[in-house]
Amino acid sequence: MSNRLFSARPDEVMFRIGTGLFAFLLIAIVATIGVELVRESILSIKAFGISFWFNDKWDPVLEEFGAKAFIWGTLYSSILALLISTPIALGIAIFISELAPSWAQRPLVFVTELLAAIPSIVYGLWGIFVLVPFVRSLELATPAWMKAIPLFSGPPLGVGMLAASLILSIMIIPFSSSVAREVLRSVPQAQREGAYALGATRWEAIRMALFYARTGIVGAVMLGFGRALGETMAVTMVIGNNPQISWSLYAPQYSMAAVLANEFAEAANPLYLHALVEIGLVLFIITLIINMISRMFIWSMGRQRKPRAVRTPAVAAAESA
Amino acid sequence: MLDRWRKALSHVVVALCGLAVLVALLPLALILFYVVQQGLSSLNLAFFTNMPAPVGETGGGMANSIIGSLMVIGIGAIFATPIGIISGVYASEYKGTQFASVTRFAADTLNGVPSIVIGVFVYGVAVLPFRQFSALAGGLALGIMMIPLIMRTTEELLLLVPLSLKEGALALGATRARAVFTVVLPAALPGILTGVLLALARIAGETAPLLFTAFNNRFFSTSLTQPVSTLTVQVYTYAIAPYPDWHRQAWAGALVLVAMVLLCSLAARVATARLERLQRGS
Repeated sequence: MSNRLFSARPDEVMFRIGTGLFAFLLIAIVATIGVELVRESILSIKAFGISFWFNDKWDPVLEEFGAKAFIWGTLYSSILALLISTPIALGIAIFISELAPSWAQRPLVFVTELLAAIPSIVYGLWGIFVLVPFVRSLELATPAWMKAIPLFSGPPLGVGMLAASLILSIMIIPFSSSVAREVLRSVPQAQREGAYALGATRWEAIRMALFYARTGIVGAVMLGFGRALGETMAVTMVIGNNPQISWSLYAPQYSMAAVLANEFAEAANPLYLHALVEIGLVLFIITLIINMISRMFIWSMGRQRKPRAVRTPAVAAAESA
Repeated sequence: MLDRWRKALSHVVVALCGLAVLVALLPLALILFYVVQQGLSSLNLAFFTNMPAPVGETGGGMANSIIGSLMVIGIGAIFATPIGIISGVYASEYKGTQFASVTRFAADTLNGVPSIVIGVFVYGVAVLPFRQFSALAGGLALGIMMIPLIMRTTEELLLLVPLSLKEGALALGATRARAVFTVVLPAALPGILTGVLLALARIAGETAPLLFTAFNNRFFSTSLTQPVSTLTVQVYTYAIAPYPDWHRQAWAGALVLVAMVLLCSLAARVATARLERLQRGS
């Protein structure tokens, strides 16, 4: 561009440095987050080393700290949420981009994105007073032969893994579905027309498009996963807050974000605080990796198309996530 | 025979996709229904004008939390808007450069950081050194979350402004700073403000980053260096407490929150639709 032509002019240099400083500030904030999390957790890193990840004891009184139960709870609830939400999110994406009449698309997009606009704390409140009693009645109605399966064992408390993963799955639907929708939209129309010309049914043509868009769709699903990992309030309010490792959906468990929300403000002694910050650090690293992979997938798909003029707000937010 | 089976399968899948939409809309409808129903019956003027009642007494309101929320959100916006917009200007003006890609990467990374981790970070840099929870720390946490959202919108919208506008300004002898700040930026301004509005809607409902930055306060406070009550944290405190009267207050708070967030999103959406129409017109 005209860069070279102007680069010698002092006002141009000033402008570049001036705006660049703000950009640098943004980069500095991200770098500082990483550095600060390590600095504030150094006592715990030194005391427990790698065993922090694999020890399931969390005892503030005896000062023995291990994050395994929390890592388990976070991963288990997020994966369950992913299993529930992915078919629904894909169904929505397909319905809106391939099946719905054009007049219905905008309203449908708007309504599904409302799910993303509702604050986490409201999900939590609804979870405590509506979802948990409902889940509890489901658990009470569980037949005995089902209770024999480890997945459904335990007392019917209502709060626990099932309630947490259900609420998480509702919360991540809009993120996966809006990205999946954009990805499907980027599939060239000729692909579908070709399929129809060869006598494909509607589903067969959609399957073609899904196959064409597979990398982007994997990216969309992973983006939802990243969201689920870091979700705090709603999960804290319904997961039961009990650090145990169990396959049971009925068991009250704990997550990394939840233990931070509950114990951080009360952590009095330094080692306890540092152990909590280290959990934050672990969460930071895991979400960083997941988001990077997901962005790579979406990006490799997105390069094949020209960006649309103005994207819907939630998509823009989700894509840059 | 085979054909009929294929057609039937196709119909089944189409029906399942429609069902997926309904399945997702059901919880949305249920949540909105409960929030409106429970919220409306608990919402009254006292909610907006009164202070929280002492434990055991019924009534009271969240006046201090509403003010507190506005305070932290305002601090966040004041802190984040210039950084977001100007770094967005940089990323679009020098879009080919390596430094711009790094900025973009940093913004995307920041956007993916869980809000609770931002809270932990701000606790480390703005609470621990001063041994004091504060409204400023809460605002800082929310601001950090807003920056990447504003930056990306600004960047995208600036790239949409026709290059000829800037070239015209440069041809008339304007410096690049002048061309950008008096010609290009104003052209994209409505869109950028929409982006700021959306970022506000995103953070207005945040609780996690405020738990140990702004903390909470039973009393009325407008001091920047004191802990302050916010609507979201107060709803959380009330929701997990065992008192039915507090639960009612929590629902009322949730209704106010949802209304606030939806209004912001709706305003942004109207503005976006108008922009899209303009874009298509040109």
